Amino acid sequence: MTQTTATIIKPAEYISPTRRMVMGIIFLALSVGIWVLFSRNVTADMQTTFSLYPGGSKVIVPDWIFPSLPMLNILALVGSALGAYQLARGFGRQTNAILGVVSGIFIFAFLVWGASGGSLNLAGLLKVAVVRAVPLTLGALAGILCERSGVFNIAIEGMMLTAAFCAALFGSLVNIWFGLFTAILAGALMALVLAVLSIKYKVNQIISGTVINIFATGITSFLSAKFLQKYEALNNSGRFGTWDVPGLSQIPFIGPILFSHNIFIYAMFIFVILMTVALFYTRWGLRTRSVGEHPKAADTLGINVNRTRYISVLLGGMMAGFAGAYFVLGSVGRFDEVMTAGRGFVGLAAMIFGNYNPVGSLGAGMLFGFADSLASKLAILKVPIPNKFLEMGPYIITMIVLAGVVGRGQPPAAGGKPYEKE
Amino acid sequence: MTKIEEPQKKKDVISTFFDELSRNSLIVTVLAILTGLLAGGLIAAATTESVYAAFRVSFFDGLSAGFMVFWNTYKALFTGSVGVPSEIFNALRSGDSVAINKAFTPFFESLLQATPYIFAGLSVAIGFRVGLFNIGAEGQLFVGALGTVWVATAFKGLPAIIHVPFALLGGAVCGGVWGMIPGWLKAKTGAHEVINTIMMNYIAFRLSEYLLTGILRDPNKSTPISAPIEKSAWLPRFFDDPNRFHAGFFIALLMAFLVYWLLFKTSWGFELRTVGSNPNAARYAGMSIVRSTVLTMFLSGALAGLAGANEVLGVNHNLAVAFSSGYGFDSIALALLGNSHPLGVVLAALLFGFLRNGAIQMQLTAGIPIDIISVLQALILAFIAAPAIIRTMYHLKEPKAVEIPQIAAKTEGSKP
Repeated sequence: MTQTTATIIKPAEYISPTRRMVMGIIFLALSVGIWVLFSRNVTADMQTTFSLYPGGSKVIVPDWIFPSLPMLNILALVGSALGAYQLARGFGRQTNAILGVVSGIFIFAFLVWGASGGSLNLAGLLKVAVVRAVPLTLGALAGILCERSGVFNIAIEGMMLTAAFCAALFGSLVNIWFGLFTAILAGALMALVLAVLSIKYKVNQIISGTVINIFATGITSFLSAKFLQKYEALNNSGRFGTWDVPGLSQIPFIGPILFSHNIFIYAMFIFVILMTVALFYTRWGLRTRSVGEHPKAADTLGINVNRTRYISVLLGGMMAGFAGAYFVLGSVGRFDEVMTAGRGFVGLAAMIFGNYNPVGSLGAGMLFGFADSLASKLAILKVPIPNKFLEMGPYIITMIVLAGVVGRGQPPAAGGKPYEKE
Repeated sequence: MTKIEEPQKKKDVISTFFDELSRNSLIVTVLAILTGLLAGGLIAAATTESVYAAFRVSFFDGLSAGFMVFWNTYKALFTGSVGVPSEIFNALRSGDSVAINKAFTPFFESLLQATPYIFAGLSVAIGFRVGLFNIGAEGQLFVGALGTVWVATAFKGLPAIIHVPFALLGGAVCGGVWGMIPGWLKAKTGAHEVINTIMMNYIAFRLSEYLLTGILRDPNKSTPISAPIEKSAWLPRFFDDPNRFHAGFFIALLMAFLVYWLLFKTSWGFELRTVGSNPNAARYAGMSIVRSTVLTMFLSGALAGLAGANEVLGVNHNLAVAFSSGYGFDSIALALLGNSHPLGVVLAALLFGFLRNGAIQMQLTAGIPIDIISVLQALILAFIAAPAIIRTMYHLKEPKAVEIPQIAAKTEGSKP
């Protein structure tokens, strides 16, 4: 018994010396990178202009203008100080948070360098990043719901695509609220297929996911070619308008970035909070997680493993359906063939990067959204980095995390295995 | 499964035959394909406006209109993939070589469509046999195509006998390396190959977009597309122009044989299959899991890379962004349909090739969008993966021995 307790507490407090050293070296390398890559390519008289006003808001914020070189040097110094402390003493449990800080410093330095001698709309960049994060974070939440109960869901993409189709069709036929409802329903239906195949028929979960992905691509493209392209009225759902949160949206800089969006963005934040509470502070959450970690033990305690899994997968499907609706009702107002373009898989990546945790997934979604947003701005910055490489970022980061270079994630232990009652 | 067989009563030949047949897993495969086709036809009929118009006249009219759509769909599918029987017959009787070529073109075009499926299906199947789930055939195919295009455009003045194998090799090596990375990560760090191959897919797409808008781009074209490859790197074609059938098909068959030989006739293959079916036993017997995993993923990627090379050298003669159109995911379906056996993969690839080619014709003449094929493939995949559905649907009996849900058994227990 004591041993079990020890192994549970261990990962939280214990950081191996090797890992401490590796982290310290990474921090230092990033700081040196700032100096070598950015500081040395900036002349002393250059200035960086960050526009802090994203447009469309009543609160006008003046531009932030500062000399580039001193700023870069300060950033490099702060980074190396953190690295030195990590090497000497170590930040212990805060190591990952500090890694985030140092990475943030590096990205900021990159922007300072990119905009040196010119200007960059920082607020606009961040606002777009928040918007781009929505389908990724919601997709990750859908993945978490399934994964935490022990069902591996690679069909988020297919569920989102089907939902987007239904949102466009029924949104055009009735109204956007009904479109949203049917999108969630469509996600749930696809999830039911996944659940029946994987839980009842015990099909390998990756194969059931592939079935749904192929089916969703086929049926939505088929119906879209058959009907939506012929009758334009069926593919004109409209979208949810922007709603400013009273008060909060008036905060300078932060207000327009976070509190001046349509309902999908607010829903993302609410769902992250709801799911954190539900998964970690309720009986339902504990049961779901126990089914995902050790179904046999859960079964012994009288939890119905398969029913718990059905419920979780259905909820995950509904979440994916909501995420799919975003593409139509929250973004462009119409359906295009294969419009999700792999966002479901990036959502999966965000789930892994966020360590199967709603808040972590939000962070990962934001980071990936930022990379996406930045990639579209690179042309303006005149930075000698092809934007395609920046677009690869999320995938490469996920592979690094999976390989355990910067700390390994902890997937639910029973993920992927059908439960056989004895 | 654990039921003890009751002592059998004496049966006559016919009932024994049907009994055996209904226990056989082959019948499930056949029924899965037929059920998939039936469902596809029903979807085609159910999404045609004229059927509903006919139903408004009378129920019988509706039924017959639905049946006509069903019939026309599959008639178009058949004539598109095999050819028009009367045309073939007339052409053969007239003895005119141009007419014969034209009449048989749909048939050969189907073989042409099946070729990349054979490569990609073998790629997934060899992974399955070793307990690895290579979902990244699509990306490996892309990277293979990139490598091939580079070899086929950068080297000039080589004789065809050297240039063609060299270009194929370029595709195989590039695809192989792309597949080997997730394999190596799996072997060394335990990172799940499913996630990593998916990620590698998207990295491959971005890489191809980068290269095709950059160094590989044809400067004379307005769209991102590579320069046409050298004539010396073309895979030889056998017939005159509308017929694009080329040597790639035979290379694919050769590869299928080589994979069969490697897996079932060599000690290496035995080692790979042992690692796939029982890693612990394999480790105990002194087999290297790391080596098998890395090697398999390399071979798997190389086969997918050959699929890309085949399309570039045999069909397109250049490389455009997003040319692959879903071979990677379909190949998972067909590897499963072929029971991860090279012969099964070839047969399944032929089926998919004929379906795909027929669907092009179906789109033109019957107005059924080509995407119905994906729906069909998804349904067939579902039925194959869950044989219990088919067994319940047709009241088949349980199989005698434990059926081999190959992959289901092997990749279960692997977690991301």
